[in-house]
Parts: sequence; C-alpha cells; structure tokens
Amino acid sequence: MYSERVMEHFTNPRNVGEVEQADGEGQVGNPICGDIMKLSIKVEDDRIVDIKFKTFGCGAAIASCSMLTEMVKGKTIEEARAITNRDVAEALGGLPSVKMHCSNLAADALQLAIDDYLSKKEEGSNA
Amino acid sequence: MNRIYLDHAATTAVRPEVLEAMLPYFTEKYGNPSSVYSLGREARRALDEARATVADLLGADEREIVFTGGGSEADNLAIKGVAFANRHKGNHIITSAVEHHAVLDTMHFLERNGFRITVLPVDSYGMVDPNQVAEALTDDTILVSIMHANNEVGTIQPIEEIGRILAEKKVYFHTDAVQTAGILPINVAELHCDLLSLSAHKFYGPKGVGALYVKRGTKIEPHIHGGAQERKRRAGTENVAGIVGLAKAFALAQGEIETSAAKLTALRDRLWDGIAARIDHVRFNGHPTQRLPNNVNVCFSFIEGEALLLNLDMHGIAASSGSACTSGSLEPSHVLVAMGVPPEIAHGSLRLTLGRENTEEEIDTVLDVLVEVVAKLRDMSPLYEETPSKPLP
Repeated sequence: MYSERVMEHFTNPRNVGEVEQADGEGQVGNPICGDIMKLSIKVEDDRIVDIKFKTFGCGAAIASCSMLTEMVKGKTIEEARAITNRDVAEALGGLPSVKMHCSNLAADALQLAIDDYLSKKEEGSNA
Repeated sequence: MNRIYLDHAATTAVRPEVLEAMLPYFTEKYGNPSSVYSLGREARRALDEARATVADLLGADEREIVFTGGGSEADNLAIKGVAFANRHKGNHIITSAVEHHAVLDTMHFLERNGFRITVLPVDSYGMVDPNQVAEALTDDTILVSIMHANNEVGTIQPIEEIGRILAEKKVYFHTDAVQTAGILPINVAELHCDLLSLSAHKFYGPKGVGALYVKRGTKIEPHIHGGAQERKRRAGTENVAGIVGLAKAFALAQGEIETSAAKLTALRDRLWDGIAARIDHVRFNGHPTQRLPNNVNVCFSFIEGEALLLNLDMHGIAASSGSACTSGSLEPSHVLVAMGVPPEIAHGSLRLTLGRENTEEEIDTVLDVLVEVVAKLRDMSPLYEETPSKPLP
C-alpha cells in the first residue's frame, strides 16, 4: 500500500531527534488519534540550517516527517513557508488516501516551528 | 531471511495432508453432488462423509451441520437466519461489545431493519458477565450471540454458563467459535448452544469454507436461495473440495488438541515472559488464565502499531495490530476500547498468534527483534522523552 519512496524513508528515516538549542519548535497531532509530529529548527541568516523530527505515528507519519526535513534543510524561511502537506505527499510518490489527513501533517508542524522562531525573534528584538 | 509467521489468528497454511485429500475433488472427482450418476454420487459420498466427521467432532447430528462460504457467512446465517425466522416471537437480540465484525455489523444491519440490539459491555479482561446476559433478557429476546473466544485478545468467554441460562429461558444461543475450533475441545451439548460457527482456514484448512451447527428444531431463514442444498438452508452447488478439506483439517486439529495446546502454551508463555522481562511500559491484554493457548496481545506505550508491524516485517516477522491504521478506520480496536484500554495505548497494540510450526528458536528471535524495534521507535517518539517513567494507566 505504500510507495517505495515511503518505505525507503520509513526504513531509513532522516534527521531523527531534536536540534540542540533550537530556534523554533512545532508540534501537531495528539496521542488519542495515534499521530504526533514534533519538529525543531535551527535558523541562521533567515535560512533553516538544521531540522530534526520526532514522531509517534504510523509508517506514513514517519516517512512524511523524514521527507519534509530533507525538503526544508537549506531553504529560506520564505521558501519553507510555501511547502504544503500535499508537496510532501507528492515528493513521497503519493500516500494512501486514508493517510492524507491523519498522517500527513509534517508541513503543519513546520509552520508552527517557523511561527515559534519568528515570535522568539520578535521577543529578542523587543528586549 | 527466514519468515516467522505469528498471525495464525488471521489465517493458516493448508496442511499437506489436507491439500492431498482435497485435490481429487478438483479434477477426477469433479461431479456435482446433486447429480444422479456415479460421478455425482461419488461427490455426494465425500460430502456426506465430511458432514459426518464434522458432526461427530462437535457432538452433533449430521443433519445439524450447514456448510458455508466461511466463518463470516456462518455468523450471518446464524444471526439473520434466526432473527428473520423468529420475528413473530420478538425483536430483541443480545450480543457483546467485543464480537467480530461479522457479528457486530450484522447486528447493526438488523437494527436498521427494526430489531432492538443490546450490546453488553465486558470487563477489563474482555470477559462477558453471564449475570448481565440474564439481566438483559426480556420477553422479546429471541437470540443471544457471544463468541467462544476473542480473536484479538484471546479471552475465552463463559459460554457453558451463558448457554445454561439461555437453555432454561428457551432463548436461541449462537456462539462464534472461529478462533477456538481446532484449538479447544468443542462439544455443542456441553456448551449449550443452538448455533455455532467455524471456519476452515483458521485450523490449517482452505479459505472460503466454513460450517454452521444448527441444533435440530432451530428455525432459521436461509439467505441464499436457489436450490435444496444443505437441507434448504444454503443454496448453491457445494464446495466439495473445500468441504472435504475442512473436515480433514478439523479432524486432524481436534485429534491433536492435547499435544498442540501444551506446545502452544509453552511457546506463548516463553514469548509473554520474554516481553515482560525485557521491555518496560507494556500492558498485556486479555484474561491471564482464561485465554487461548496461542495468543499474546500486548500494548507498547509511546509507539504506534502499524510502524511496529512494518518494522517487524522488515525482519520477516508477520503479526497484527489493533491500531487505527491497521483497522482501516480512524479508531483503534473496538475490542481494546471496550476493555477500557485508553486509545493512545491501544494504538500501540501488537497481536502475536502462534501455530503448529513455530519453534522456541523463532520465539527467541522475535524477542530479540521486538526489543530492538520497540527501542528504535521509542527513540523516535516525542512521548517517550517526556514521560520516561510514567506507569501505564
């Protein structure tokens, strides 16, 4: 049911863990649904230089997080902002339709991580 | 990589001696049992012998055995058959929250068609309380359907006790014995049931064939019309090869029950004890003693079942889970939820069901792989880091 690309990312997930002294963090999902995705990012000169994820979830959840981290690394905040859940699914060669809504939320977690980074940055400049 | 198959509650491989018994009925003995010439009579004889074998193993009369296209069909025929044939007597049916979907979905169908369904709760082991069955009975109750043992968590229900209550009240009693046939001794008189379903592919027979025991005098309405086969309770040319295979497999399995139960129990305990000793934050599901000898159902906190199954598959291990992702819906297993397992824990459930070909070495390999895979997934889990010492609810 999963594409080869999904299985490849699931088997060898990239960028698992947490970025040390992260500049931004984002988490979506809840344990009741069986899916939680947590992303942390390191930003330098408006560019995401490091990103890591942790996931409680199914094969699709793990693969989509892994895929997203590869897509995001090295991108500017503005470029990263434009990435959607659909982009992640397409990059994975598609996901089973039942997985599209519950397990394909990595881009949402990224948006929250970027929000977190921007609000911290604002706090920093106000201080 | 060697494959280790630990999903015998899902299906089993056909035994060579079963296949051998079946093969002639695909080729040289292909007659239709309803035909009068010798080729037909030959098939009829095989059918009669198979029916006598199954009846004998269940402690039933051969007129009481209806062959079906599997366990789900047997459940459907039992429940809809009794419901529609006895509607004039009442419209109330009782079942439990942990039944197989072949029973529960059939009940929901009847509910949409004017029947009143009571779904009894279970305790934390998945056990139905016979007193609650007695209390739920009304003057309108025509049927009770409670499974012999649960397919997910392995809990064996107090069928004899429930059967005795219902026999006294003269209410029809159906039990789905799909998980116990071939694993536990089954005698319909001792169980006090009027209808009992079984399925060949769970005991090393072929897929697509099952049987329903229907006690003499039980009124049932057929749902496949079109011929006089199976004493007008199930029309259609009989699946002769499949039925021969069912009878052969059932006879082999029931004949070996004592030795197979001892072997399965020893392997199950090795697996259970190994998990308990080597992995923390686990919760074993189902009754600790009143359970099938071949079933281990366990929840691993902080991880999700489908990811666990895919990782086990990468090591050649076949198992199943009650997580939402593997149930094809957004909800985790209805059985675990009915037992009060919190959904976040139920998502991390793993069912390992043993069979006749499994060995101690395989169990030890599975334990090593499980330790590794659970640790890997927990390392990735944001829940594990936050609550490394949180006890299970």
